Amino acid sequence: MSTQIQEEPEETETEATEVAPAERESPGDRRRAERDAGRERAAATGPVGDVEGESFRLKVFRYDPEVEGKMEPRFDDFRIPREKGMTVLDALIYARDHYDTTLTFRHSCRQAVCGSDALFINGRQRLGCQTQISDLDHPVRVEPLPHQDVVKDLVVDMEHFYDQMHAVEPFFQGDAPEGELEEQRQSRENREKIKMSTRCIWCGACMSSCNIAAGDNQYLGPAAINKAYRFAMDDREEEDLKEHRMNVLDQEHGVWRCQTQFSCTNVCPKDIPLTEHIQELKREAVKQNLKFW
Amino acid sequence: MQEHDVLVVGAGGAGLRAAIAAHEEGADVALVTKLHPVRSHTGAAEGGINAALREGDDWQLHAYDTMKGSDYLGDAPAIETLAQDSPEETIQLEHWGMPFSREDDGTVSQRPFGGLSFARTTYAGAETGHHMLHTMYEQVVKRGIQVYDEWYVSQLAVTDDEDPSERECHGVVAYDIKTGQIEGFRARNGVVLATGGLGQVYDHTTNAVANTGDGAAMAYRAGAPLEDMEFIQFHPTTLPSTGVLISEGVRGEGGILYNSEGERFMFEHGYANNAGELASRDVVSRAELTEINNGRGVNDEYVYLDMRHLGEERITDRLENILHLARDFEGVDGLEEPMPVKPGQHYAMGGIEVDEHGQTCIDGLYAAGECACVSVHGSNRLGGNALPELIVFGARAGRHAAGTDLGEPEIETGRSEEFEREDDLDTPVEPGAVETGSEDAVADGGAAVASGEEVVRRAVENERTRVDRFLEKDEGVQQAELREKLQKSMTQNVNVFRNEEGLKQALEDIREVREAYQDVYVADPSRTFNTDLIQTIEMRNLIDLAEAITLGALARDEFRGAHWRQEHQERKDDEWLKHTMLAWNEGRPELYYKPVILEGEEKAYEPKERSY
Repeated sequence: MSTQIQEEPEETETEATEVAPAERESPGDRRRAERDAGRERAAATGPVGDVEGESFRLKVFRYDPEVEGKMEPRFDDFRIPREKGMTVLDALIYARDHYDTTLTFRHSCRQAVCGSDALFINGRQRLGCQTQISDLDHPVRVEPLPHQDVVKDLVVDMEHFYDQMHAVEPFFQGDAPEGELEEQRQSRENREKIKMSTRCIWCGACMSSCNIAAGDNQYLGPAAINKAYRFAMDDREEEDLKEHRMNVLDQEHGVWRCQTQFSCTNVCPKDIPLTEHIQELKREAVKQNLKFW
Repeated sequence: MQEHDVLVVGAGGAGLRAAIAAHEEGADVALVTKLHPVRSHTGAAEGGINAALREGDDWQLHAYDTMKGSDYLGDAPAIETLAQDSPEETIQLEHWGMPFSREDDGTVSQRPFGGLSFARTTYAGAETGHHMLHTMYEQVVKRGIQVYDEWYVSQLAVTDDEDPSERECHGVVAYDIKTGQIEGFRARNGVVLATGGLGQVYDHTTNAVANTGDGAAMAYRAGAPLEDMEFIQFHPTTLPSTGVLISEGVRGEGGILYNSEGERFMFEHGYANNAGELASRDVVSRAELTEINNGRGVNDEYVYLDMRHLGEERITDRLENILHLARDFEGVDGLEEPMPVKPGQHYAMGGIEVDEHGQTCIDGLYAAGECACVSVHGSNRLGGNALPELIVFGARAGRHAAGTDLGEPEIETGRSEEFEREDDLDTPVEPGAVETGSEDAVADGGAAVASGEEVVRRAVENERTRVDRFLEKDEGVQQAELREKLQKSMTQNVNVFRNEEGLKQALEDIREVREAYQDVYVADPSRTFNTDLIQTIEMRNLIDLAEAITLGALARDEFRGAHWRQEHQERKDDEWLKHTMLAWNEGRPELYYKPVILEGEEKAYEPKERSY
């Protein structure tokens, strides 16, 4: 099915913001404040719709292509008891294990490194395991990543994402030095330069947030271009290889599609400066072309 | 039916390395994984790879440290192989482009780790596993190795001769998670299990939710014995609320442990007067819990790990990931305040019995990585020794499965008449299958069946029947309830500190869960991405493995490595210099022992008192 999730009307329950602090603070800061304030605050708040004392409302997108009654996409509400330090993933697991075991989502490491629980949470791409409930407005709304086909509930088809990643020849192609135990030398500076690009966990948040990728299925997209950056900038690969890598990127659906909207950079859970990397590759492409003309 | 020369089940570090090695030997190889390779739990490893790369260090020293760390329960041929092959395998990763941390001269960096006599832990920031996993997956893509991602292997296709050593593995049965289709995968040469850890047996673990010990449990039921299952490593520095790991690299770089009274207790209370925070993991875990039990813990739950004095520059350079983890999952700024830590389940030293070529006693069945027991870790794994295990033994298993002759192994596998049997273990309940002789108590496929294809076909039929039964049942008990009960009991009773009463309680709880499992049902009727069904299949694996851990722990009435018994606070070399073996015999776990091999290439390792 198509992935375009219909936007629901804006929530009107403003009371919820009393206990829902502003977004974009670091989860840690929020968590600490939460701990310091203790449980009394939540208890004192009393019943207020989306947040009721020690519990809150979780709205979750549901869809199953083969089960009657679930073929028509809908949102289900779950009331989740709030616990200290609870994340969106914790809340989903609670809903699944205590209310409805058919609720389906990917998750594994729950420490922001496996990349399987990228979700659309309160209108933004985030990792469920890395997102504190206390950082969010209520009710907390969880949907599958936009612009990707929904397989079931919160699970999206990642095939296109993987295809784009694979399209940039995402593997090191340098020549190993002679001698078994002789490593290639790499300067600390060069390692620093590629460090952020190597942090990608293939979660797909950036691709999902990108307007260009949404409209152009052939666009390599921020994750794949970042992967190419990781190798193109690694000094251990020879110069002529870099030229080859730039040829992959310097094309209509490559780096030039990027319109510098920074959506990818804004949502990246590993803080990779994706847009900057793309811009740097554009400059490289220009430089490379100047050599020829 | 799909068909390949070599099938690798699981695509973490060991699986990817095995697949690359088999491919290099010319085999048609495929990876089958219930996740996508880059989602594997190897990605969460932080610390590093022990490899004797530098002048002043050599493989003999690495082997000696590992033998001592194992508390003399590791097998010398396995440990020496680890130490000998690790440098080359580590540099191989560098040649594949892995972004290691670097020294000023451009060479890869190394740092000190617990229990090591040389700073030989090679690393990439505090995210070494992430880089290792991605680097090897890149090589798999480069080679065009086929990957069946989100296919869950739920049964092995093994013949059912009475003697497990006569059995043969012909492939696996896998379930396409996306569509629910069940299909047979035939392996012409061999199946390599690389399914990783079993941390989900516990409720406070550093392991991923996917780490349910599937490979170990399937191999066990198919007749490959489990070895040394009682040895579960508890990592001393996990975040209290989530179990997220804080790398030993923090202590390696100079991080300090304090109790609530501000005492550097590793020294001040005499737990490790020489090595302090860098004593081996079992020593530090017990020290922390002793502090907490004696009222010197913070909030009666944890202690502090402080790295502030290392300075922002060094922390950012070498431990940046730790800052993120402490902030995101515990709300603590590691630059400004100490981090709360407590021990958590981290690693299974035990696993499927294999020789140093990765082969089990079942022909055509191999295992590597955490699901296997070679054994290199004995009763306690040293930090920085898991990643070299993945690449060294992953590569060897892949090569051997592809048909390469690695010579006669020195480690023997399978039951032998000479092995010492344990007949009088007093268990409060009968362990093993509820109905012995039922279809899941024997290996799948028939001995009389002629072809490998037929064995796989029969295994597929059995699996279809089992899955249909789960899906067609309309009511009963749900796996989530059982999983919680099992995990709680294991954490309560089979943790860092153990005693007879607790272990027996755990066996009773496990039995209750096992009986309740007879009535388990899957509420989700859908074939599409049915995670309820997968968790229900995994649950059975957790039950069998929890029982194996607890039986081993009850039998071993001594204190060795990670295994501490309240009633037996000393290492008993006269009685216990031997591996605990558990074989699934017609649905009954049978306990026996095999001797530890302390004879190395050049010398025999003499058990000594372990002091740090």
